[in-house]
Amino acid sequence: MKFRILDTNIVQLSIKELRSLWNDKVLLILIVWAFSGGIYVASTASSQELNNAPIAIVDEDNSPLSKTIGNAFTQPYFNTPAYIEYSAVEPVLNAGLYTFVIIIPAGFQSDVMAAKQPTLQINIDATQMSQAGIGDGYIQNIVSGEIKKFVTGKLEAFTLSATLIVRNKYNPNLTSSWFGSIMEIINNVTMLSIILAGAAVIREREHGTLEHLLVMPVKPLEIVLSKVLANGLMVLAAATLSLIVMVQYVLQVPIRGSVGLFVLGVALHLFATTSIGIFLGTVARTMPQLGLLFILTVLPLEMLSGGITPYESMPQIIQNIMQIAPTTHFVNLSQTILYRGGGFSIIWSQLLILLLIGSVFLVGAVGRFRASVANA
Amino acid sequence: MSTTKPSVVRLSGVCHRYGDLDALSQIDLDIPAGCMVGLIGPDGVGKSTLLALIAGAREIQEGSIQVFGGNISSAKYRDNIAPRIAFMPQGLGKNLYATLSVFENIDFFGRLFGIPTPQRHKQIDELLLATGLAAFRHRPAGKLSGGMKQKLGLCCALIHAPDLLILDEPTTGVDPLSRRQFWQLIERIRRRRTGMSVIVATAYMDEAELFDWIIPINMGKVLDTGTVAQIKQRTNSDTLEAAFIHLLPDDVSRAHHELVIPPLNSNKAAIAISARGLTKTFGDFTAVDNINLDITQGEIFGFLGSNGCGKSTTMKMLTGLLPVSRGEGLLFGSPVESNSMAIRHRVGYMSQGFSLYGELTVLQNLALHAKLFHMPAEEAEQRINRLLDRFTLRSYQHMNAMALPLGIRQRLSLAVAVVHDPELLILDEPTSGVDPVARDDFWALLIDLSRNHGVTIFISTHFMNEAMRCDRISLMHAGKVLVTDTPEAISASRHANTLEEAFIGYLEDAQEHKEAPPVEPEINEKEYPITVNRAFSLRRLFGFGYRESLEVLRDPIRLAFALLGSALLMLVLGYGISLDVDDLTFAVLDQDQTPQSRQYIETLSGSRYFIERPALSSSSELDRRMQDGELSFSLIIPPSFGVDLKRGRSPEVTVWVDGSMPFRAETIGSYMQGVHSAYLTDLTLKSLGYVPNTLPASMASRYRFNQDFKSIYALAPSVIPLLLMFIPAILTALSVVREKEMGSIVNLYVSPATRLEFLLGKQIPYILISMVSFMILLFVTVFIFQVPIKGDLYALYSAALIYIVATTGIGLLMSTFTQTQIAALAGTAIVTLLVTVSFSGLTSPVSSLEGIGRLMGESWPATYFIIIIRGIITKGLGFAELASSFQYLLLFAPLFTLLSVLLLRKQGR
Repeated sequence: MKFRILDTNIVQLSIKELRSLWNDKVLLILIVWAFSGGIYVASTASSQELNNAPIAIVDEDNSPLSKTIGNAFTQPYFNTPAYIEYSAVEPVLNAGLYTFVIIIPAGFQSDVMAAKQPTLQINIDATQMSQAGIGDGYIQNIVSGEIKKFVTGKLEAFTLSATLIVRNKYNPNLTSSWFGSIMEIINNVTMLSIILAGAAVIREREHGTLEHLLVMPVKPLEIVLSKVLANGLMVLAAATLSLIVMVQYVLQVPIRGSVGLFVLGVALHLFATTSIGIFLGTVARTMPQLGLLFILTVLPLEMLSGGITPYESMPQIIQNIMQIAPTTHFVNLSQTILYRGGGFSIIWSQLLILLLIGSVFLVGAVGRFRASVANA
Repeated sequence: MSTTKPSVVRLSGVCHRYGDLDALSQIDLDIPAGCMVGLIGPDGVGKSTLLALIAGAREIQEGSIQVFGGNISSAKYRDNIAPRIAFMPQGLGKNLYATLSVFENIDFFGRLFGIPTPQRHKQIDELLLATGLAAFRHRPAGKLSGGMKQKLGLCCALIHAPDLLILDEPTTGVDPLSRRQFWQLIERIRRRRTGMSVIVATAYMDEAELFDWIIPINMGKVLDTGTVAQIKQRTNSDTLEAAFIHLLPDDVSRAHHELVIPPLNSNKAAIAISARGLTKTFGDFTAVDNINLDITQGEIFGFLGSNGCGKSTTMKMLTGLLPVSRGEGLLFGSPVESNSMAIRHRVGYMSQGFSLYGELTVLQNLALHAKLFHMPAEEAEQRINRLLDRFTLRSYQHMNAMALPLGIRQRLSLAVAVVHDPELLILDEPTSGVDPVARDDFWALLIDLSRNHGVTIFISTHFMNEAMRCDRISLMHAGKVLVTDTPEAISASRHANTLEEAFIGYLEDAQEHKEAPPVEPEINEKEYPITVNRAFSLRRLFGFGYRESLEVLRDPIRLAFALLGSALLMLVLGYGISLDVDDLTFAVLDQDQTPQSRQYIETLSGSRYFIERPALSSSSELDRRMQDGELSFSLIIPPSFGVDLKRGRSPEVTVWVDGSMPFRAETIGSYMQGVHSAYLTDLTLKSLGYVPNTLPASMASRYRFNQDFKSIYALAPSVIPLLLMFIPAILTALSVVREKEMGSIVNLYVSPATRLEFLLGKQIPYILISMVSFMILLFVTVFIFQVPIKGDLYALYSAALIYIVATTGIGLLMSTFTQTQIAALAGTAIVTLLVTVSFSGLTSPVSSLEGIGRLMGESWPATYFIIIIRGIITKGLGFAELASSFQYLLLFAPLFTLLSVLLLRKQGR
């Protein structure tokens, strides 16, 4: 009996919460965009591997060999090379127009044929961290391949050789849309749940309705849980629809694991993030303060979770700190389920951690709740 | 109609609709100039709408309104006459800024109307003296009592010496002493400025008796017009109240009858509420000082006192909302505990000010509360139906509570408070802003509850006639109870004719030495400016900017978040985001187990990029361990690797890379190629003694700008644009929409200020804050991350300024576009995060993007600022080399501002 009553309060307050969301049409449109257009844009355009890298060539040799080298740079790895003058090298690098500029010196081909070991220079804009290293390797491979082909037959064979075959598991062609689309869903889930839950608390306080609830037979826990439930459900529905409609149907990204298990993961993640949002809502006194707190929270949560850069490459101390961030576990379990096809037996511990993080913030929020109303 | 005086306002055929509801229908009206005109009538009949239309704060839907002889449909004309009109909207201090001081509030309004500084200060001094507010010059408006707030509102309205003063219920919710002072003030000002016309909406009929000309209005229609005497005469009534009721349609007026209060059956004297030495302190301030009360069951107990005297605080302590500092409060004999659920079922509470869900309908609000009190569905439905009829809310039942007129909202609040049939009602100024007829209905219900159902009612009020209906009342002032007794006994104790007189007497005694008496300053009428309205005024712009800055400075927490927060984020992100790929875990399935295969593995495990994990024993283990993400890649060495290698049969080593993160997989692939060829070279060297030239040419890679190829040199400069996007945008994102939500946007509507002045003025303080933030970030970059600035510092600051103007502009744009603060926050986050993080060249250059992402990246200011800041910090460049990026960057700010100006409305709807 006791349980049923508790249940009713939370459900009633959640319905109220959903009605409020429903009435803010601009907000709804923004949410729909984030989970549809936003996902599409993120998946089709974004790339972190070498993709259309802008490259220029200074061809001072103008020989068949130098032309062959130039023609070897093709999409998708490189843009069609631009041919520029030597004098333009500095300006274009300065302006960041090209990440790579290859300089083929005069007499390159004849020096190669004469075995004079001419040097071909590769200028790399090292401020483009993500392209520079990979691109250097690619360029060296392509150029040496072309030179080898060109001088075929004139070279003594390698006596010892072994072949390295690199195969990519889970995403054979390293299609970036597979990564981008799902990471964008994850980012949206985190961002929206924190802001919606946090702002819902501040709005009720600014409008005096929270005070009203607290004189009724409603416990702070029920108010907090109703916000977790309503805002969580809203984002869960949007994320699930987005995964099925946008990712699977429109973008044709194959999902290896169970969508149901992923939805469970999202739900637990939402429990953690909405609890964080509500906690922030009890810390901030006004909406402008909440806005700033939100940015301070969400940027590290998203940028350091392993969803944008590799987690294991971050400094150890940051990795340790990020263990208390729900996003780290959520990104990891999402990748395990969706890409690697992992099942419950692999991710259960992460689900548990999410539950734990959520509970800690929930308890914190409930504890601060009454005080935050009294101080308003 | 008065024909002797020329008219100041003329309405013809004015109609106004909110959804399906007719607020005004076919109003034709001539309002005479130079006199005090009262708009009287119940709530929700269109008084506020009418005033807002005349003031130009609302867009006219139908009909035409002439003010000072010109049509105010023309925006140009409105701007021209704006300096001659002053508008004080309904609600205590609604258009004031709570964190600003009394002086700063008036000063802001003065700037808004372009009054030069010396003159402005002189006028403010005069107004403060005249209103008796001089002693409170530096007190924040939010900490003033209701009466003082209204006086301040009046000062703000009068600062530009208007010819037409429009006051919407200025004395609603104000105690009688303040009310009396308010009208005395108006009277004095009118004596000085004889030509000034005043239009007032009021629910107090006794106030209206003093007006020159009356417009009774009901259901969006004008019932009559004329002087008080004329109207009384026409209706054969003694009082205006009676006259008004007479003017009402028959069905409404017939329902109205004098309230009869049966005597309290005082036999069952069980105590419902009792307070023993109840005290509440906030820091040094004692809000409630040692209060003792005993309220018996079934009693109607009134609480009277000026605003801010501690009535609400006392009530909140007794409901358990506020913890008690000292003393104790008892409800039904047990101490008030904030967690007792059982008590709450027995208590109904109505807080001061509206506290229902504005976005829910009347019916939804009632149903929600019934359910929260766990009323059985059937009972709840019946009860709600009864309440809808009893409170005449039926015609509003499907309207959102936010859209209801003030009086109707209060009715709804009471309905909600009694929905669960409580034994005790604690009502904090429930009838503020409620018209006389509705107030009587409300009281009929209270009397019925008290006398017939034994409900105890603890009510605070400003209305003396309501106080007269209470069994006993307490007069409260400055946290103390002055006297508690029956109304009659209190009047008798002061030998006063009315309770009001007695009350004012008590108050004057208590505050004799506190509020300075108003001084009649010598004012030379000619000194008042004839404000010239210019199309663009820097003074107004700085007025907005100065006010916004003050608000920001009054919120040091927000300032700290903005400045220290950005430094903290810079540290975390600059240190944390790493594009170096290393510490990659791998394991080997060595099917060969020869010295050759082991040597191959050693080459790998020796690399600083890789961390070896225990070997794999089967391909199913490989699948499993890769699946749970333990291994970034795994290696399969075929069974005859060693033998094949020696015999030149070129064995195949297979690497399985986890492709779930393509960027990482790509990098692992290229690392492996490198390690693989290094192994072969090494092997060749060992067996041949030399390495044959495999390639007839060599390649020299030059890593420019960042020889060590360290992430931090590339990242530190890129994190700055990231942070200078989000923080300024979030700071400004709420600036406009917050005024929309709080109601102070009306100041823009009725002032001659332009939208551009408003927007730029708001933007300036945030630009300054963000520039400080930029300097902090630069400091962190140079001194903590040790990234030297190689280029032109002057160019760097210029770029940052241009960029910040653009990013604050993005926030403003979102703020003008959205209607709620939540939408503004979420929208700003949605719009800025994706583009800035993914498409502006932070991790990979924009030129390698495709499709929409590329288009978005190229039309986003962060893209150009990243190029500039990287160029200056790491490449040592200046203006000349980065000219084109500067050109693009310069385009954004004007574009965002233009869009904001177009989207911002200069009138309400």
